[in-house]
Amino acid sequence: MIPDQPTTPPPPPRRRGFDWRRAFLPGLISAASILAVFGTLTWLITQNENWPRIQRQFFSVDHMLAALPRVAQGFLTNLQVWLIAMACIALWALVLAVVRSLRGPWFAPFRLMVMLYVDIFRGLPALLLVILFGFGIPALRIAGLPSSGLFWGGVAMVLSYSAYVCEIYRSGIDAVHEGQRSAARALGLNEGQVMLYAILPQALRNAVPSLMNIVVALQKDVALLSVIGVRDAVREAQIYTASTFNYSSLVVAALLFLLATIPMARLADWITHRDRKRRLQMAEET
Amino acid sequence: MIEIRALTKYFGSSLVLDRVDLDVARHEVVCLIGASGSGKSTLLRCINRLIEPDWGEIRIDGRTVTDPGWGRTGLQQRVGIVFQSYNLFPHMRVIDNITLAPRKVLRQSRAQAEEQALETLALFGMERFARAYPEQLSGGQQQRVALARALAGQPEVLLLDEVTAALDPELVGEVMEAIRSLKARGLTMVIVTHEMGFARDLADRVCFLDGGRIVEEAAPAQLFNAPEHPRTRQFLERLLEGGRL
Repeated sequence: MIPDQPTTPPPPPRRRGFDWRRAFLPGLISAASILAVFGTLTWLITQNENWPRIQRQFFSVDHMLAALPRVAQGFLTNLQVWLIAMACIALWALVLAVVRSLRGPWFAPFRLMVMLYVDIFRGLPALLLVILFGFGIPALRIAGLPSSGLFWGGVAMVLSYSAYVCEIYRSGIDAVHEGQRSAARALGLNEGQVMLYAILPQALRNAVPSLMNIVVALQKDVALLSVIGVRDAVREAQIYTASTFNYSSLVVAALLFLLATIPMARLADWITHRDRKRRLQMAEET
Repeated sequence: MIEIRALTKYFGSSLVLDRVDLDVARHEVVCLIGASGSGKSTLLRCINRLIEPDWGEIRIDGRTVTDPGWGRTGLQQRVGIVFQSYNLFPHMRVIDNITLAPRKVLRQSRAQAEEQALETLALFGMERFARAYPEQLSGGQQQRVALARALAGQPEVLLLDEVTAALDPELVGEVMEAIRSLKARGLTMVIVTHEMGFARDLADRVCFLDGGRIVEEAAPAQLFNAPEHPRTRQFLERLLEGGRL
């Protein structure tokens, strides 16, 4: 039966004391089930008759420690190439994306050039470009050009990745509402100012999550330079493996990569989240 | 002040504006009404060249809008526009939205531009929101900021493109009030609107557009009370049935 309408609003629900069961039980259940599943998996793996051999080949602490200095040294090279390449890609791709977005018939040849550029460099494996540039151009022996494989390998990475990043920028630009362009033009801004003040800041903000994925991918792909003899983390780990027939050095390299890429993904989430919050929070309390 | 002659515009093969003639005197407020797709907004956007017409001519103070003598931004300084969806720049604070054009186009100093912007905001009771971002404001507040932004270059003509259409009904009043205060200051305005009460109240003249033509133009009392053209009568009757009049 439906109760009669009370004459006064019903009282607020009584505040209960701290409920231990409610506070901790779900957490306990999660912890227990995680322990059970992962424990069983660990037990199954370590009980396998091949496990000692696997452990010796991949997870030997002695070999890991022995390889660490050289692999870490190589990883520093990775980080350097990564940082420099990232800066070059960010700028070069921005130039490409802006040129691609220019309106007006006089810019047609430049738009076409960017289209071809993106088609070509997105369509080719980065590995092919690294080998082509890293071995091919030094082999030309043209006076005045740098002959370092590291340099040309880096150039190959920049050319390849900027094609992707150009497309990310461009979709960021396209995602900015047409009304923003109208408003900026109606204020008397010229084409360049419209881009600079109205469109690009919004476009870049749109692009941040996708760009962070590229940043992580680039960090890993710097390892491609190892095929042209650049002594990066992977190369150093391989050299160690070649002399000891133990693969723990590669696991060390893997751990170093994870150490760098996982925080980066978290950073990407945080940046996106913070930006959203900043614009939504009330700046003015009245 | 504004003379429009034989203005014609196609979108693809559909005729949106069909040889439109319209004159707007200085300090006059002209409302354009008509069904969706009748060409009102297109006509408005041709005036400040957001849309280029295919035919015809628009003169402002006797000079065609395509005259290179306007310079790069002369026309935009004389003619401001406010849009239905505000189109404020979401990444800029209110004050930066308003001072962008004065600083970058008119090359004013930041201090000077901000002082002027605060004055304009105060006109609409918005000065305390100068540091806020657009997303933090209600629709009515955003639209008042957009009005302030359009006025920052001290235009003589203001174009309003259905500025209350995206607002919740209870917020319409505050924006109308702001526009009314602009009329009192003698600004020349061309207003596209679906708010007939607004047109009746504010306009010196109302133009009814249908199929890309101005089929009737008259003082609001005359047009709303005794429409001559059958299409106008039909349009107003429909509004009446829908309770919009």
